[in-house]
Amino acid sequence: MAVDPLVAASVRTTVPLLLAAGGELLSERAGILNIGLEGAVIAGALAATLGVGPWGLAGGYAAALCAGAAVGLLMALFVVVVRADQILTGTAATLLAFGVTGAVYRGVYGATGVALTLPTSAPFRIPVLAAIPGVGSALFDQPAVFYLAYLLIPILWWFLYRTQVGLALRAVGESPAAAGAAGIAAGPLRAAAVTVGSALGGLAGGVLVLAQAGTFAEGMSAGRGFIAIAIVVLGRWTPLGIMIGALVFGVATAMQYVVQAMGWPIRYELVLMLPYLLTLLALMFSPRGVAPAMLARSDV
Amino acid sequence: MRQGPAVSLTGISKRFGPVVAIQDVDLELGAGRVHALLGENGAGKSTLMGVLFGLVRPDRGTIRLDGAEIAIRSPRDAVRLGVGMVQQHFANVGAFTVAENVALGGQGRYRPRVATEQVRITAQSAGLAVDPNARVADLPVEAQQRVEIVRALARGARLLILDEPTAVLAPAEAAALLAWLRQFAREGGTVVLVTHKVAEALAVADDVTVLRGGRRIASGPATGFTLSTLAAAMFPKSDGTDDATRATPPAPATGEPVLRAHGLAVRGDRGERRIVDATFSVRAGEIVGIAGVEGSGHHELLQALAGVRQPTEGILEIPGRVSFVPGDRHRDALILDAPLYENFALHGAGARTGLIGWPAMRGRTQAVMAAFDVKARSPRDTAGSLSGGNQQRFVLGRELDARPDVLVVENPTRGLDLQATASIHRRLREAAAEGAAVLVHSADLDEILALAQRIFVVHAGIVREVPPDRDGVGRAMVGAG
Amino acid sequence: MATTARRADRWAGVVSFLDSPWAAPAVVLVVLATGAALLAAWYGVSAVSAFWFGSIGSWYGFTSGTLVRAVPLILTGLGVAIAFRAGVFNIGADGQLLAGATAAAYVGLEWSAALGHASLPAALILGTAAGALWAGVAALLRARFGVLEVISTLMLNFVATDLVAFLVRGPLQEPLHIYPQSATLPSVARLPTFGPTTQLHWGLALALVLAGAVWWFLARTAAGFRLRIVGANPFAAAVTGRVRVTRVAAWAFLASGALAGLAGAIEITAVTYALYDNLSPGYGFTAIAVAVLAGLNPVGVVFAGVLFAALETGATAMQRDAGVPSVWASVVEAALILILVAGASIRARAGNRHLRDAAS
Repeated sequence: MAVDPLVAASVRTTVPLLLAAGGELLSERAGILNIGLEGAVIAGALAATLGVGPWGLAGGYAAALCAGAAVGLLMALFVVVVRADQILTGTAATLLAFGVTGAVYRGVYGATGVALTLPTSAPFRIPVLAAIPGVGSALFDQPAVFYLAYLLIPILWWFLYRTQVGLALRAVGESPAAAGAAGIAAGPLRAAAVTVGSALGGLAGGVLVLAQAGTFAEGMSAGRGFIAIAIVVLGRWTPLGIMIGALVFGVATAMQYVVQAMGWPIRYELVLMLPYLLTLLALMFSPRGVAPAMLARSDV
Repeated sequence: MRQGPAVSLTGISKRFGPVVAIQDVDLELGAGRVHALLGENGAGKSTLMGVLFGLVRPDRGTIRLDGAEIAIRSPRDAVRLGVGMVQQHFANVGAFTVAENVALGGQGRYRPRVATEQVRITAQSAGLAVDPNARVADLPVEAQQRVEIVRALARGARLLILDEPTAVLAPAEAAALLAWLRQFAREGGTVVLVTHKVAEALAVADDVTVLRGGRRIASGPATGFTLSTLAAAMFPKSDGTDDATRATPPAPATGEPVLRAHGLAVRGDRGERRIVDATFSVRAGEIVGIAGVEGSGHHELLQALAGVRQPTEGILEIPGRVSFVPGDRHRDALILDAPLYENFALHGAGARTGLIGWPAMRGRTQAVMAAFDVKARSPRDTAGSLSGGNQQRFVLGRELDARPDVLVVENPTRGLDLQATASIHRRLREAAAEGAAVLVHSADLDEILALAQRIFVVHAGIVREVPPDRDGVGRAMVGAG
Repeated sequence: MATTARRADRWAGVVSFLDSPWAAPAVVLVVLATGAALLAAWYGVSAVSAFWFGSIGSWYGFTSGTLVRAVPLILTGLGVAIAFRAGVFNIGADGQLLAGATAAAYVGLEWSAALGHASLPAALILGTAAGALWAGVAALLRARFGVLEVISTLMLNFVATDLVAFLVRGPLQEPLHIYPQSATLPSVARLPTFGPTTQLHWGLALALVLAGAVWWFLARTAAGFRLRIVGANPFAAAVTGRVRVTRVAAWAFLASGALAGLAGAIEITAVTYALYDNLSPGYGFTAIAVAVLAGLNPVGVVFAGVLFAALETGATAMQRDAGVPSVWASVVEAALILILVAGASIRARAGNRHLRDAAS
């Protein structure tokens, strides 16, 4: 009886996480730990808010992608071109995005925080699939952008494991020397990976605004960019793994609503904590060679 | 099977800045033949092969392939022309499968099944055992090397360059690889075997070329050479040009034995056996040279004697104070960004307690700088701002200032000019005269001969004492006699 | 050839500037002046004046605003500086601060009846220990399993946040069970202020003393020297110094957590007197900016901490009095980090080039 709302809530919480984690996976596979992803999410959320008015929903999502990509380009400029430290650059990129989005939001909508109501994507019901009892409507009566997120995992898998560019990307994250010996230029690939990855983070922000909240709030990314890093660890740097990882975090987040709604005698904060502890355990028992060898290193 | 190319390199010269790497070198490679390229470190072997594989642009000279003059501007060109190279440090992605490694660098889709099949077929027709789906990092070293060969073959290589391929292999594996190379040549392929090992060259090669100091010293069919003639070509009698470093070795020391090894075994970074069953002792006041070609195990032996690598078996008795001048001074001996007086304090940092009196430390640094002729404005200069010779004198001065009972030194004068070299040699002799047992390795055999009273030769993990005579040591280094 | 040489000359100029002790202050001045000019242009002079009087232009603003805010920034900044000096990327100061705050709140609330006047030192000491313990989890994972501390400390931040959220709604909630916060600390467990009219408390003195102590430790003691060389070149530290690199890095990690834990304990005992959600407005991340701006120098951390505190309190005042979004402060912080980090990278690369030249 509690299954249906839990599934529905889980799908809603999982989709933005999945998009962000997919983006983080791309850049981590190329050896860049993108701490700036959190900044990309919030930038995407604001861009969607600003873009949906003049350009409609599709324009809003496009703006979100572009804003995320802009944060990614900043990362690429400093990490790949200047070869600055990834962690510090990512921290600065996130700080910068928070500052700029906050200031622009207040500049445009005023400091009082008027309740902003934006158009949101209407659900697009997929016939037959949506009729599956229990999970059907939760999964398949959703905004179209959700289906894109579902497709992200197979696309990422295909790209990483079935294309030469994906192979090259993974090689760059493991051993730039070996990749270089095979005639692959590491720099452009790394830059592209962090930019596209951040664009996906931006899209996650767009989904938060245009498919869920219908409004913008400062700090509404709520650490999803960082959670994406955890998801990638939990998913052991594979597309299928991050789907499971995103579900773990998504369900745990959804549980809090259910716990509150049903008045269950568990503290939801403890439920929220579990995925992080699970991630720490996963880190402990990651055999050497699971994480990309060049991750977080600036000596490429 | 397709014939390998016949390649001739004529009059190849290359300089890097003021340094002449190779000068007017000719090399004839025939289809169906194994050509051994011999020479010590710095002889120019790598540069010459770099030219052939498109990694190095020659200043002068021509390359002909089956008679037609060609230009090889990049490894891509080389691969297109059927040239493949197996590097000494494998260029594999460890986390990838064999098939992924072989396919890396292509375009469009990646089809695992096609790649797997290609590896299987290539490996099978070449007679090499390779599992296409194995993760490369899980494979033993010899299998990783086979992966490199298969990758070259899968890209259509009919001319294989192998850089020191047996340096990482156990004797049985090395024999198998050499047999395979013969087989590859018998089927029409062309092979260049870059090596230090004369016995190996004579056993497998049809033709031999010896480089020394960037010039071709000898070349011809292998049947025209013997171990002695090749050793003599690689390690010539001193021609008197390096008098600055030469001095008559002092009489054998009669001090007490201060360092004893009994049944010592040492393993390398990958857990491979490097030194087996070594037994020897070193007396106070003597200089012992440790000779060995690259990869023979001398590096790991020195590390064990210096106390920075744990022996896996046997007994090693080292007295209280050991100083070490490692071969890679930038990485292991200095903090380049830090001032000299902090670099001075680096020695013994692990055991020091309490406060550090920096003014006193600066004073001692200044004294060592004066005593060892380290040219810097003050102890506050960073180590990175010094020239190589000054850095090395500083490191040696620091290590000797600790009054060691044993001093272990690796390539003490690499990259230094004659004057700096002479001053380092003098310091080492003085250290021995003051009672330290000095163990020194150098890639330059003449340096060892100039310094040492006794010489240990390391060959294939075996340590044995050899009389300090150039021919004898040279032969022992290459496993002959 | 000539072009390359000219380019090298230009780099040499940049590098020698970056090497000088004036680089960081100069960058700060330029960024702040640019920020002030843009502020005046966009929002008017009233915004600049609100910023000025809110941060350092008035005695009250400076002491009760800026300096109070500076205490946690200095302490966490010191922690980050110690960790970075040892080559440990501790970005979990936030979580360690929360651990310290929680322990201090617990001691102050539950043990003060029994401890009496010993409550305050007990709260501070246990808060410090809790911060070290929280960092210790990541330190152990790093030393034993080779886990990247960047990821583990990030995870532990979230765990700490959720743990505090649980405690202030559960075991540590105030007696009426209405608000998500703990009861307020009894006065025996409070850190006194310098006087009745100011909010400036003795935590500042503690922070300054500790900054001096950390400087002394790093500059003068054998253990501090070990810590520095482990971060500067772990290979040379191990081969030439015979230093146990992993162990030294782990101790630095613990010390780093301890300082952040103390920062949390001081916030509880001197500023908030209660534990609640969002106790830290991202001190842990600002601490990274503080440490980087200070060039990882403990004395520099004091100045950088006060600077960022002034920036944040001034921005808050500006938002209150002139309606200018306070978040502009983060933009300034980010710009400072980016400029300094890029500068460090250029300097390191030019340094390498110099070495290559020397070697060839």
